[in-house]
This record gives sequence, structure tokens and C-alpha cells, in this order.
Amino acid sequence: MRNEKATFGQSVRRVEDRALLTGKGRYLDDLQPPGCLSVAFARSPYAHASFTTIDKDAALAMPGVIAVMSHADLAPHLRNDRLVVGLPSAAITLKVDRPVLAIDEVVHVGEPVALVIAENRAAAEDAAEALDIDYEPLDVVSDCRAALEPDSPTVHQSHDHNCLASFGFSFGDVDQAFADAAHIVRRSFDVHRGAAMSLEGRGVLAVPPDLDGVLSVWSSTQTPQALKTQLCQMLGLDPLGIKVRTPDLGGGFGPKLVTYPEEIATTAAALKIGRPLKWVEDRREHFVATAQERDQLWDMEMALEADGRIRGLRGALIHDHGAYTARGLNIPYGSAVTVPLPYNINAYKLDVQVVLTNKVPVAPLRGAGQPQAAFVMERMLDAAAETIGMDRSEIRALNLVRADQMPCVKPLKLRGGTNITLDSGDYPATQALALDKAGWQEFPARQKAALAEGRYLGIGLANYVEGTGRGPYETVSVEVQRTGRILVTTGAAAMGQGTETMLAQIVAEQLGGDMANITVRTGDTTGSLGFGGFNSRQTVVAGASAHQAACTVREKLLAVAADLLEADAADLEIVDNTVALKGVRGRHLPFADLAGAALGLPGFKLPGIKQPGLLSSDQVVIDDMTYSNGTAVAEVEVDPRTGQVCLLNFVLAHDCGRMVNPKLVDGQILGGIAHGIGNALYEQMVFDEDGQPLTTTLADYLLVSAAEMPQIHIVHTESPSPLNALGVKGVGESGVIPTAPAIASAVENALAPFGVSITSAPLSPQTVRRAVRQAGGAA
Amino acid sequence: MKPAPFVLHSPKTVSEAVAHLADIGEDGLVLAGGQSLVPMMALRVAYPSDLVDINGIEELQNISVENEELAIGATVRHARFYDPVEPGPLGRLLTSIVHHIAHHPIRERGTFCGSLAHADPASEWCLVAATLGAKLVLVSQTGERIVEAGEFIDGAMSTTREPTELLAQARLPLLAPSARAGFYEFNRRAGDFALGMALAAYDDDDGLMRNVRVGLGGIEDRAARNSAAEAVLEGQRPTQSLFADAGRAAAESVDPMEDATTSAEYRRDLTAVCVERALAAAAASSSAQTSR
Repeated sequence: MRNEKATFGQSVRRVEDRALLTGKGRYLDDLQPPGCLSVAFARSPYAHASFTTIDKDAALAMPGVIAVMSHADLAPHLRNDRLVVGLPSAAITLKVDRPVLAIDEVVHVGEPVALVIAENRAAAEDAAEALDIDYEPLDVVSDCRAALEPDSPTVHQSHDHNCLASFGFSFGDVDQAFADAAHIVRRSFDVHRGAAMSLEGRGVLAVPPDLDGVLSVWSSTQTPQALKTQLCQMLGLDPLGIKVRTPDLGGGFGPKLVTYPEEIATTAAALKIGRPLKWVEDRREHFVATAQERDQLWDMEMALEADGRIRGLRGALIHDHGAYTARGLNIPYGSAVTVPLPYNINAYKLDVQVVLTNKVPVAPLRGAGQPQAAFVMERMLDAAAETIGMDRSEIRALNLVRADQMPCVKPLKLRGGTNITLDSGDYPATQALALDKAGWQEFPARQKAALAEGRYLGIGLANYVEGTGRGPYETVSVEVQRTGRILVTTGAAAMGQGTETMLAQIVAEQLGGDMANITVRTGDTTGSLGFGGFNSRQTVVAGASAHQAACTVREKLLAVAADLLEADAADLEIVDNTVALKGVRGRHLPFADLAGAALGLPGFKLPGIKQPGLLSSDQVVIDDMTYSNGTAVAEVEVDPRTGQVCLLNFVLAHDCGRMVNPKLVDGQILGGIAHGIGNALYEQMVFDEDGQPLTTTLADYLLVSAAEMPQIHIVHTESPSPLNALGVKGVGESGVIPTAPAIASAVENALAPFGVSITSAPLSPQTVRRAVRQAGGAA
Repeated sequence: MKPAPFVLHSPKTVSEAVAHLADIGEDGLVLAGGQSLVPMMALRVAYPSDLVDINGIEELQNISVENEELAIGATVRHARFYDPVEPGPLGRLLTSIVHHIAHHPIRERGTFCGSLAHADPASEWCLVAATLGAKLVLVSQTGERIVEAGEFIDGAMSTTREPTELLAQARLPLLAPSARAGFYEFNRRAGDFALGMALAAYDDDDGLMRNVRVGLGGIEDRAARNSAAEAVLEGQRPTQSLFADAGRAAAESVDPMEDATTSAEYRRDLTAVCVERALAAAAASSSAQTSR
């Protein structure tokens, strides 16, 4: 019988919460070193303009203003004028890296042009406004389709076109699939995603070297290692001379995985003037200077057999890249490979064009292109079901990858060249669970009864497969310290998703189950090689390393105890932070004593171990991604007079492998669904034809609030991943991926009496009402 | 998002307040609840040189019924209307409307008169004032003048108040005991500014509608009565089909606004729904004899 307390798989409370909920969290803006000055950025008011001079005189004369720095002032302190952070790809033909500060051309509203240092933020903003910059407005590219026209103006003066990259995916004989098809369905889609809108924006604090000769940088980033690497390269620093840390983060959701010009500029300026400098992004800056995901335009065709089996899928995608490369091609790449993943499709061809626009750069938000792909695929399946006259769930059940096909190798590769292999899961069974929970079979009766009262109810569904656990590794170190406390250190970044709890659970599972005896330090860049938090990867990659390190430390603990207790390690167990001889009362040694013994004594042999100390640092390498899956069902009521969509019920049945903590999984899914509802119905980043963003406050850019959240039912199933020892998969993006297509499907179903076709997201009341009117329902 | 520098004045009386306004001239603004003004200053959309904070003036905090009018002082907060401020149909109507104004914390701070002075086209209180014929008391160092709401509101975010004047009080005529009143607002999320809203009130004269007032907000550049809809209804029996006719008449007569996310065409379409549903709410409203 096991006496050790289980923590893995339990819905234990988050270890992070006490501090955060009692106001003891330490976010970036809580850090206030003595003598710290405030930074504000002067930002371009134009989507495209050139400039030659920045007149600083008026600004410098203002009270509290310490300095104003332009590109020319910072350039001598930088090894490179531009921040080169794009993931490599041979398909990229235009080099558009972001300058640290604009040099002589600005290419989107909000681009940083000058940095102002003042005694407080208000004075810095006053001075930023007082700078006189001789902008000459240039032609603007605001639409990613028009950007491809031969006579389009260009986003950058130095380039003669706007197509950053063209690439494609192709497998199977697509032409043949369409030539012999019983049915062909064609649709065009306009899928928009806006901003990530973390509660806490970005921010950076740079403290010049003091007693220890080390530059200290804190940043509200998902990737402290990448920031450290960039700072070393850009500022010519030795890695030993800089320490990069993350304080508590008030959310990340993707955009904080990119290193930004403000982080480099603020640090360079702090070194230049020798004072601590802090820049904290405000909400308006978040709207104009933090990465967004924005527009994808799809033209798609699906070929089917008479019975509804998919023969082939082909089409084209135009992806809005924004004005600069902040990350690379990963979003359109992710979209393109995700489209056919959940289903058995033998022929697929997609041509992708990645297009520059004079808008803030595009980089991943939660889902990173996968939600758009699910929207397109699921809308195509609904269209096919309608054409053939099948139930929307049946056409999916017929085409879904089956459990007996697992592991299922797809004829597609990840951007790093590794194969896409669906590793485990029973997709049709998961769909059946969702349908059952949502009352899919009984819905027509509900719909009919409501219609008799003049109410339009609809139901819709969407499947997804989420690629999670992007490799190759994340470092985790586990140590039983001399005090007996367990310290877990990792470069994995915590953005609020419960990373500390997750790691503590995995480690505690091997070391006696007392989570209160564990301290977790995330976002460490001193000893840990790694990447940070993105792509639903921490539980998979950091979790695997934590598990291995904890197992090693367990072995060492038992070996030392076995030596000291003169027992066989197999007869020992870990109870209450001691190692005890099973069944023998009083024969136990506390962790502290074992940790002390494991350090050794001069002239004595180490007790039962070959290497000193009860510690292990591991990097479990996992190349292949592991795939979570699920099905969402949405039930809605639509008011055809106003176009208002009201969510009545929402079900998500999903499988993310073994769950470390079901409560944390619920939290991830609920947050993802909220984001998905935003993408379905509310969140739209609107720009005018001059590239001016028009939705730059939270009164104009609509986030989902508690009042808009429907009843949500989550159904968990667990198909362990064979790719890691714990059998876990990621879940951070699961909720967001199927939500918009499920809602679109439900809206279309509700408005079936009018014959409305839904091909865009988000759906505003205006869009829905227009569709009803165009379909002839002008009531 | 920090405001530009400004000078803050904190008078204790109305005469002190208007003396400050007279001194400051064009670039001063009155600070009441600050729920629109302060964010506008933080966004650097508003740059007042001086703010005259009237929150410390006790005489402006009162609400009372005098001469068949509800007199609302300049710093009476939205939340004061959660419970009926008078026992008749007007008190009940205001209680039903206040829940559409933003969110609870904003209602605890923002003021009725501040909403009028700000003159947002989507302000519920502007719609109430314009539809029910509020009289607004403007005080300056040179004296006091009373202006009808329809004359006061002069377009989007624009009023006929002089910079030296303080909107000290709004006076709303009480509704007749036989009055029926209804309100309908459409917005995308709870608490958002209305994309369209309508207020309808009429006296029930033995089954016929008399003294019909129909107002629209959020549709045109200002809250205003809609005479086309009123003409359809006056003296008629309230029926669903007549309400639909009134909605269509209103939709045909309006000059809707257009913004980044909402077209004029959509607002025109919405006009008919808002009028129809406000009238239906009025018809369904309890008369004075039945308690709420």
C-alpha cells in the first residue's frame, strides 16, 4: 500500500494564488528601485511617413524631463539598428526587421520614434507630446488583399512590393480528387482576430550595474531567455554581465513571447545615462504597439464523395503580416497545417501569401493561426453537409481520424521539419460526448418550440486538434536544500496559467506529496537553457524535465537514507518530508539531515551516492508535438431584427492526455472559450483606409465580460500521450480554437429559415442583420 | 495615459464655482462625476487648463419634487435612481432606465447633470431630458437662465452652455398618473453605449394615446424627439401593428450617425426596432394605480 500522498492528477489549489489575491504579487510596475526614472515613447501618429529631424528643445525645457533619445542617440550604443527575431524561413523574400527606434521612416501607427526620460510618467508623456517631428506622410497600405495589386503603394519605401513570402502545402492528387467528385463546395472566408489584451500590458525595468557589476533587467515577457540573448547581442554584453528576470505576469496570451524594441531601447538608455529606467505600457500603447493577429482571407474548395467522405481540399490564404517581422511565418504556417488535421483527407493543396500592411506587426495570440484554420475547415464541413443533405455531426463522424488509426502520421511537417503525427485520442468518441452533453439529438424539438414563439434558436459544433508541447526542451532543476525545503528552478515562464502549481505537483508526486515544502522559481535565465512560455508547451516540456529531475532526486534521497539507515532503498518511503523505513515506527530521517549528509564531509565517502547533493537538472528533449483534441457545441438565440446573438449554452468535450490538475485545465479552457467568444462575436481591431486604428480603447474594442459568458460545460477525457513519461498534452489554447466556428455554425443554423450563410468572424449584430436582410428577411 | 497638466479648483458654493469659471474663461471645465471627462483627459482628448470640481458644493447634491417637477442637482449620482426618487410613473421609469447606464461603479460616481452637459448622443439621461422636456438651470456670475433640453443639446458632445455657466440643476416634469412609459436600448454588451435606444411615453385617455412623446438616442447626433413617430400614434389605440408603423415612420425620418463599426444603414434599421419595442414596453408598463 502506498503511504505517499498523491498530487499528480489532483485538483489542488494553486500555490500562486495567496500572494496574488492578497495584493502581495510583484508585477513589473510594483518594482521601484531608488532613483528610478520613467520612460515614455513618442510614437508615430501616421501609418506611413518619412521624417528627417526630431526637434527636442521644447521637450527638454519642460519640468522633470531628464533626456530625450532618438535613433541617432542610441545607435552608438547598439550593435544593430534593428531587432532580428524572426524564425528562419527560406520562403521569406523581404527583410523587414523592426528598428529599435524609427530611423527615418515610420510604417505603422504606434511605432516608437523617440524615448523620453522624466522624473515621472506624466512629465514624460507631456514631453513626448511636445517633440516636433517633421513627418512627411506617405501612401498607406491598409488592406492585405489590395496590398498584392501590382499598382499598390508599398509598406516600406525600400521595397517594390508587399508580398513577404509565398509558400504552399500539397499532398495527394488534388486535381483528380476534384475531377471525380460527386460534390464540390466553394466558400470564401474573412477571419479576423484582434489583440490578446492581457490584463497587465508589457513593461521593462533596467537597472544599470551596481555593486555586483551586473545589469539587471526585469520584463513582463513570456520569453526571458530570448530577451537575454537579444540584449547581449544588441548591446554587446557578456551573458555573465546581465541578469534577466520576470516578475509576476498579469497574462501573456502570445504577444509577450516576442522581444520588443521598447525592451532594447529602455535598457540601452538606462546604460547610457546610468540610472534605473522603467517603462510600463499603457492600454493605448497595447492597442497600437503590441502584436496582434488580425486578418486572414481564405478561398476554399472541398471535393466530396456522394456519401460525404472528403476527397480533397484546396484553396488559397492571404495572411496579414503587419509592417514588420516580429516572429516569422509561424501563424500562416500553423493555419495551413491545422486545416486538415482532425480529418482523413488524402489530397490537400493550399497556397499561402504573407502580405505586409502598414499596421502593427502580427505575432501569435492564443491559438496562433489554429482558430482561423478550424473556422475554415468546420465552416466548409457545414457547407458540405448542407449541400449533401447530411447532419452536420454525421459528416464529421464519417471523416474524423479514428482511434484505430493512432498514431496517425499526417503527410505534413512542422516548420522545424519534424513529422506531424497525431499521437493518441478517440476523436469520434469525443465528438459523441459533446453532442450527448449538449442534447444535440433533442435540439430540433427545442428549436421548433422556440420558433413557434418567434424565437430563433440554433445549434452548431466544431472539432479541433491542437498541436501542443512545442519542443525541443525546457530546463528544470530540483534540489532538496540543506534546510529540507525543495527548490524547483526553471526557465519556463509563468504568465498566470498555474505553471508553479503544475511543476510543484509533478515534483511533489515523487518527493512525498507535501507541496507546501516546495518553492518554484520560474522565468530563471541564469542557470536554465530554454525558451519560455508559448504554444501550450510548459506542462509537456517543462513537466517532462521536472518529472525526470524529481525521479533522480528521489533515487538520491532514498540512496542516502538507505546508507544512513542501513536499509534497502526498496524498503523506504517518503512521508512528511522524511525518508522512513516502511512499517517501522521511528526509523526515519528528515530531508534536512539527508540533504546535509549528501553534501559530504571532508575526508569521508559520500553516503550511498556518486555525485554530491540532492539535486538534478534535466532537459528532456521532445521533438514531436503532442496533439490534444476536442469538440465544441454552441447553442444560441439570434434576434433577426437586431442581429444580436445570445449564447445559451456551450459544451466542450476535450482530451488533453493525462491531466496534472483538472481544475487548472478547467481554468485554461474557460479562458480560451472566453477569448473564442470574443473572436466569434466581439473583438475586432478596426483600421481606416489611412491605416489609423479606430478601436483603441476598451469602449471600442469589445472584450467579453462576465455578462456575455454563457453556461459552460466541460467534459474531460484522457488519452495519455505516448510521447512523454507523464502522458500529458497541452491545453492552453484548446478553448479558443473551436469556439468561433461552433458559434458561427449555431448562428447559421438559427437563421436557416432565412437561408443565411456565415463566412466571417467576428460576427457583429450589423453583420448578422445585413445577412438576414440580404437573404430577404427584412422583417 | 496621464492627463496634461491642469489647475484644480475646489469651490464650496455655487457662487465660488461660477466666479472660477468667469476667471478661467474658454479653457476651463466643470468636474462632476468625471466618468467621461477624466478618461478623456487621460487619453489626451480633452485638455482643460482648469477644472472646477463641484463635488464639494452641498446645495448641488439635492433631489426634490417642486411644482410638479423633479429637480435634480448637479452632483446627483446615477445610483440615486436605483430606487424611485418619486412615487409616480416618472420615478419608476428612471429606475428602469438607470440600469442601462454603464456599470455599477460608474453609476456610483457619474451624475445626471454631467451626462447632459457632456451630451453624448448615446446618453440615456439626454434621451430622458429631450423626450420629456427637461428644463435646465444654467448659473453664471451674471445670473441664471433656464433652457429647454431640446435647445440645450446642440449636437454630439456639444451644448449651448457658455464656458462661464454651470449647469446647476435639471428639472423634469412629472408624468401624469395615467401615463405609460417604456424604454428600449440595444447595445452589444451589458453596459456599453447604446447603438440605438428609444423612450416612449403617452397618457392613457380611456384607451387612446394622448400627449405622445417618442424620443431616440444613439441614432442621430443628439437625443431628440421624433415627430414622425409621434404623428402616427397621437390619438390612436395602442396596437402592435401601429407601433410597427411608428417604428417605420421614425426609421424613414432619422439622419443616423456612422462610426468605425456601425453604419448609418444599420442604425436606421435599428430605429424601427427600438421605437416598436419601447412602445410595447410602455403599453405593458403599469399605470400609477398598480404598484411596481
